[in-house]
Amino acid sequence: MKNQYTVELEHIWTYFGEQLIHQDINLCLGEGEILGLVGASGSGKTTMMREIIGLDIPTKGQVKVLGEVVQKACTIECRKRRNQTGVLFQNGALFSALNVYENIAFPLWELGCTDENLVKQMVCMKLSMVGLSSKDAMRSPAELSGGMVKRVALARALILEPELLLLDEPTSGLDPIASEDFVILLQKLHQELNFTVFMVTHDLHILRDLCTKVAVLADHQLIAFDTLDKVLSYQHPFIKLFFHNHRAERIFKALEAEHG
Amino acid sequence: MNKQSLHGINMPYIRFAKEQEAERVILEGQWTLRLLVESSGLRKALKKLGRAKDKQWDISQVERLDSSAAFFLWDAWGKQLPDKLTIRAEHQPLFNRWQHRTVPEPHKMLPDMSIIWYFWQAILLGFYQHISAWLTLLGRLVLDMAYLCTHPRATPFKEISLNIYKAGVSALGITALVGMLVGVSMSYLSSLQLQRFGAEIYIIDLLGLSIIRELGPMLAAIIIAGRSGSAMTAEIGIMRVTQELDALLALGVSHSMRLVLPKVVALSLVMPLLIVWTDVIALIGGMVSAELALDISYQQFIEQLPKSVPVVNVYIGLVKGMVFGMMIAMIACHFGFLIKPNTESLGQETTHAVVASITAVIMVDTVFSIVFRNVGFP
Repeated sequence: MKNQYTVELEHIWTYFGEQLIHQDINLCLGEGEILGLVGASGSGKTTMMREIIGLDIPTKGQVKVLGEVVQKACTIECRKRRNQTGVLFQNGALFSALNVYENIAFPLWELGCTDENLVKQMVCMKLSMVGLSSKDAMRSPAELSGGMVKRVALARALILEPELLLLDEPTSGLDPIASEDFVILLQKLHQELNFTVFMVTHDLHILRDLCTKVAVLADHQLIAFDTLDKVLSYQHPFIKLFFHNHRAERIFKALEAEHG
Repeated sequence: MNKQSLHGINMPYIRFAKEQEAERVILEGQWTLRLLVESSGLRKALKKLGRAKDKQWDISQVERLDSSAAFFLWDAWGKQLPDKLTIRAEHQPLFNRWQHRTVPEPHKMLPDMSIIWYFWQAILLGFYQHISAWLTLLGRLVLDMAYLCTHPRATPFKEISLNIYKAGVSALGITALVGMLVGVSMSYLSSLQLQRFGAEIYIIDLLGLSIIRELGPMLAAIIIAGRSGSAMTAEIGIMRVTQELDALLALGVSHSMRLVLPKVVALSLVMPLLIVWTDVIALIGGMVSAELALDISYQQFIEQLPKSVPVVNVYIGLVKGMVFGMMIAMIACHFGFLIKPNTESLGQETTHAVVASITAVIMVDTVFSIVFRNVGFP
């Protein structure tokens, strides 16, 4: 009875005014997979993610998340009932008027949880999961570093136990160490909680280490949707540019040597 | 005891089975955070059962177990796995994470009582800091002005003209409307009183003096403070949030020269003009109303006005306007620079800016009335 696919895009066409963004995009993402979506700047990656959240509506086509058509369930009420998706926005999008604890507890309060003890218990658990200490809980988002903001935002995205996690460039703006930490954290959490991840990223490390599937967006179309190794053998000019330049080759070689 | 909710989800529930030596607690259904939140009875029951150490636990028959529910169980068991536990292998990692690991406790949420003491201190200190920061801004402006006298080419004409348009031209409508209405109501109300003494002709003195000397400048200033002052504060505040202020500094562009000076110059140029405009409209409103209520003809009104209101009153109004304009722009900019990059601060400082500039305008107006108490009366 349960739907096999977590995210389904069927014949998506998107126009911004006259400008064509997506041209007939089809994509099916299975349960427990980690998808890395790559593409040039302005190729409509973030738009695609917004369509999956239901913030933007495609001009034509159908977006299904967890078996439910997103366009038909765009009202606040429906979103509240559903919210089985956790979203991590590019800059964290933490509520600056609330502190870290309140930020993470917010979705729980909105769910109607009035038992403060339970909220506290759950927030502390999520804090510990993303590797934050109790000292950070009472700080305001303005005092946090970029990496911590991402962790807090991740904790907030995870608090309602989502089945689908949407990440918009999770490692952008992080230093290599923090970004490595974040990748390991995601990996661990994914193993434990077994959610599906849809991620927009440019980070080759993430693509190599984390993603089970890679989708490439170019010329308004989805030119590849496969495992990384297979995508690498595609002959499309964008893929050649993106994966087979000097820098990318070096990174892959280094990673190869590291992992054996 | 198997409960099915409306959505076809199996509610979590606890089943008991009697074994030879101990009671067996069996969990079934979907154990997720969402369902746990809904049923406080279940949470209480679990906590109570967890405290009793002699129970056998069987969670191998749950349909779903998410990390929140797992953690809740772990906590109920006293932060350890019970001795006799039946569990599916796939759920084991959910518990493994918590072994040998402490969960952070947030610091207490209650505010410190000492905050009351700091509150008063902060108010006094805050007032002093506002004054000193404001004076610094004034000093910078004076220095900028001096610099512009020697380097007239650096004058930000574009910004000045933009501000003149934003604060002046687009405010013509609202100041006219308010001026007109105040003129009409003043004239009408005082005509009722004057008629009782047979002193109808003094309506011209009354309207002329009060509008040109006091009401016109004050009305225009208050409207501009609410309208342009708040916009200026918010504008600078958003520039802080988007780091535009930092970008300007990094390029070596002075904030006071490029942001504050154009606003101050524009408002001090525009305010006198707006005051003249408000005065004229308010007087026209008063004149029409006087014609209707007291039969004082337009010609009579216009002829009598210069005789009963010496022209120096207009000059006082214009000087007031210039000072008001400078005050409003400087206070708005001062509060704009205080905005911190968060949503709350933006609203707070904008409110402060409007309140402070209106208060300052009224205070300065009082000073003007005391200083010029012997000037301008017929």
